Amino acid sequence: MSAIEPAGRRDGRIPVSPQLALRVAILGGLAMAMFAIIFFRLWFLQVLSGEQYVQQANANRARDLPIAAPRGEILDREGQPLVASRTTNAVQIVPSALPPAGRQRIRLYRRLGRLLGMTGPHIQALVIKGRTALPYAPVTIKTDAGRGALTVLAERQSEFPGVAQQPVSIRAYPYGAMAAQVLGYVGQVSESELKLRAFDGVKQGTVVGQEGLEYYYDRYLRGRPGIQRVEVNASGYPVPSKLAPTAPKSGYSLKVTLDLALQREGEKALLEGIENSRAGGKPADAGAFVALDPRNGQVLAMGSSPTFDPNKFAKPLTKSEYAALEGKSGASGEEAPAPLTDRAVNGTYPTGSTFKPITAMGTLEAGVINPTEGLGAGQCISVSTEQFCNAGKADYGAVGLVEALKVSSDTYFFQAGELANSHGNVIQREAHKLGVGEQTGIDLPSEITGLVPDRAWRAKVARQELRCEKRRHVSSCGISDGRPWSVGDNMHLAVGQGDLLTSPLQMAVAYSTLANAFTNGGDGWVVRPHLGMEIDAAQGRLVQSLSFPAQRHVHLNDEDVNLVMEGIHEAASQPGGTSAAVWAGWDQAQHPVYGKTGTAQHVGKEDQSWYMCYVGDPTRPIVIAVTVEQGGFGAETAAPIARLLASQWFGEPKKFVAGSSRTF
Amino acid sequence: MTPLSPITAPEQPPAGAGRAQVRPRTLRLPLDPLLTLAVIGLAVCSMVTLGAATRDLVAGQPHYYTDRQLTYLIVGSLLMIALSRFDYARLRPLKNVIYGALIFSILAVLALGHTARGSQRAINLPFFSFQASELGKVLLTLALASLVVDRARRLRDRDTTALVMLAALVPAMFVIAQPDLGSGMVYVMIALTLLFVAGTSWKHLTALLALGLVSLTFVLVAAPAVGVHVLKPYQVQRLTAFLHPTTNAQKEGYQQEESKIAIGSGQKFGRGTNATQTKLNYVPEDHTDFVFAAVGEQYGFLGAAFVLALYGLLIWRALRILVMSKDLFGSLVAAGVAAMLMFQVFVNVGMTIGIMPITGVTLPLMSYGGSSVITTLLAVGLLQSIYIQARASQALKGRVLR
Repeated sequence: MSAIEPAGRRDGRIPVSPQLALRVAILGGLAMAMFAIIFFRLWFLQVLSGEQYVQQANANRARDLPIAAPRGEILDREGQPLVASRTTNAVQIVPSALPPAGRQRIRLYRRLGRLLGMTGPHIQALVIKGRTALPYAPVTIKTDAGRGALTVLAERQSEFPGVAQQPVSIRAYPYGAMAAQVLGYVGQVSESELKLRAFDGVKQGTVVGQEGLEYYYDRYLRGRPGIQRVEVNASGYPVPSKLAPTAPKSGYSLKVTLDLALQREGEKALLEGIENSRAGGKPADAGAFVALDPRNGQVLAMGSSPTFDPNKFAKPLTKSEYAALEGKSGASGEEAPAPLTDRAVNGTYPTGSTFKPITAMGTLEAGVINPTEGLGAGQCISVSTEQFCNAGKADYGAVGLVEALKVSSDTYFFQAGELANSHGNVIQREAHKLGVGEQTGIDLPSEITGLVPDRAWRAKVARQELRCEKRRHVSSCGISDGRPWSVGDNMHLAVGQGDLLTSPLQMAVAYSTLANAFTNGGDGWVVRPHLGMEIDAAQGRLVQSLSFPAQRHVHLNDEDVNLVMEGIHEAASQPGGTSAAVWAGWDQAQHPVYGKTGTAQHVGKEDQSWYMCYVGDPTRPIVIAVTVEQGGFGAETAAPIARLLASQWFGEPKKFVAGSSRTF
Repeated sequence: MTPLSPITAPEQPPAGAGRAQVRPRTLRLPLDPLLTLAVIGLAVCSMVTLGAATRDLVAGQPHYYTDRQLTYLIVGSLLMIALSRFDYARLRPLKNVIYGALIFSILAVLALGHTARGSQRAINLPFFSFQASELGKVLLTLALASLVVDRARRLRDRDTTALVMLAALVPAMFVIAQPDLGSGMVYVMIALTLLFVAGTSWKHLTALLALGLVSLTFVLVAAPAVGVHVLKPYQVQRLTAFLHPTTNAQKEGYQQEESKIAIGSGQKFGRGTNATQTKLNYVPEDHTDFVFAAVGEQYGFLGAAFVLALYGLLIWRALRILVMSKDLFGSLVAAGVAAMLMFQVFVNVGMTIGIMPITGVTLPLMSYGGSSVITTLLAVGLLQSIYIQARASQALKGRVLR
């Protein structure tokens, strides 16, 4: 090679032997030949044929089609499926195999439509929509075509070119409407959802959870779709891929704290209670229940009525169907209770007398009342011009705290509320402390905050009203009447009326806190109610245990808690107690019941029936909250439902025992 | 190649100054500037190409590959500088140790290696997975060079040729069994080149070539015909796919076809950020074995020619150092390195442009991968050491010892 001779010639430093020189020259020549070949080839590829390769690169329209992953199941605490995935044959259209556009294709659509009970233009619209969303992918026309139609399609394939059947996995809710609001439902991910962080990495067209647990735990349940690569040849037809598809990874299953048997009994009892109440002439139309393990906040059962069948969401809903689910009934446009609303978590109600134990705790702790001092003598209490009376103008005389809780004396608590007002927000602070008027942190997509009214809140809404009136130049915006906080407000709050707004779940948390303090010498904790228990892989292998530690610890005076609990225990067990009749025949020694009835009054509506109770047990205590809108007195409607739930939980004979106590 | 440019000037000490300026061999001795320039140029090209080709490969981590490649390049460069300061001649007596280490490391991979894409090539170390067959290229070069020097007086003997070829074929077989066909072929090429440069008779070389052709025919045609599969079916498919790319619907032909489309579509000046073939992952492995496809598509003929020019510079310097070495051992080591670089560049680039079979050979310094980058930089370190020692002996003695 030329490198050697000159160097050698110049100063003779490198006396290379002729043989080495020759051989290195050959090596160098070889290298040059190689580079020459590569350069010529590159020139040919890039400069001479470049144009053609650019076209090929642009025409290279490989597409990755997702293969849907089977969604994980939702299991109850014993492992029985509450939500499963069912495989069914979907009718699909493969666009590339369709007859040419025009009359032939229109006729095919019409023929197919007749078979599936759809219109031709509807099918055409679906195909066009599907093709723009995901080019080259088959378009699903119907998921539940029925066996007859599928057989016809299979047997007469030649009459339906481009129509194929594809097994797809769809969501199945074997118990139908049971716990529908809690479990939620699924649907194709929407444009706006794709932008959310919760749906990071989700491809268009994926079926994701839209409500309830399906939504909250979606990232565990949805799994990972597989990928089928489709390539398109020069004529625009997809050709079978040269690359093997990646298999989808099915979602994890979610085990929840719900007890299937208790849940079913709860739903049944709630319906029974509502029907009973309607039979008694009350326009009861909605209700909810929550059963909580007071020690750790596990939700054992939770239901809301009216309810809906999430199976309906497996296929597209019509507008009127959806309006009905939102509580807007059809043509008349009148408002009915919305089935989609989970009243246990998102219902906002005054609670009636079930709030009284909270008032009692607050006033005792602040030293406002003396438990042995008799209060509330007479039928009514008058403060300035307003009269505050017992239900049915009853007169319980001046009674102590325990007796007041037992008979649910309104006058006693009106007076306690009046006394507390001069000590500041005694009741309000206690309510927040126990968990009312605060979000509970439950693992569901939404929950209400509620409202425990106090001075600051009154002042705030008055300011808002004023601003609104000024801005809009109207005499009233309806936010507030602008008056300041009054002693009457505090008295109404003391009996769970007035502006108080809370949910059955929050009340269940508050009663759990009381129960915890009661069983633990005054040291209680506010649980975080939750449904998720663990995430399991296929074959039940544990992936992750979900843990929901208590929200906070609270300290209550031991003696005060004992007094309050004694009061509501007597209410449920002693003759004259408001719900004693409901629990007639119940083994109070084995499973002591601490229960309080409530009857919340609404303007222009029938009273709302409430019942809250804690049933003690060394191994499986339970807190139950029940409410029935327009259900009348608490002892009449809500309390018997609670008894049915407790009977189911403790394996006692089930009996619907309506109480007769006509107290608020 | 005309080397007599001003660039070689620094090599020449001022006339007569050789003895006057006797200096101990110190760290002040320079590296070969052109060789260093080629290495730096290729390292920069590698970073730029990988930066564009791997941006979307790891979701959320656009710098995943470039950060690692930079680390390998820095570690390799430090090793290269360290090795250049070391007298390579001291490695000569260690040939048995080096050869033993080579065999041991390859067997260790076979024994505990971890299977990547069906091949057992690497041992997973905490920081990166170590590919023994890559480092083996340098170890084998050193061991064989030493062996040939020991037998310098008996070079024309048939025994010597046979011994050298055997010494190369044993590790080559183990490596092919891993299976890493590319590295095994590099080993054989290194042995052949060493023999060729050392001066083995033409008769022996011709015989070896004939033997090679016969065994290749046997492996590819005769043995499968009677049901013996020396190579795995996919290897045979890869080796022959380039002969009929369009009829081969298998993955092998597909990959090469996409690579050709990528390079061709680069045209004269490249598609830059519009490089769909490599960006949309039509060319698999466009950051490792098919990195040249990424260069060709992104920067066109211009970029590809520039990279090839840098390789030309690298190979020319290797051959130049081969002839200026102070002793035969240095010459042979340089020959081994030159053979490795030439073979890998030609086979790898040839594979991406569809004139060579797919063998899984990396493009030195350009392909992403720690073992390959560090091994190549070690080899360059040896070249630098030979260069420095040659310059030092010139400076000290005013003449060259051979």
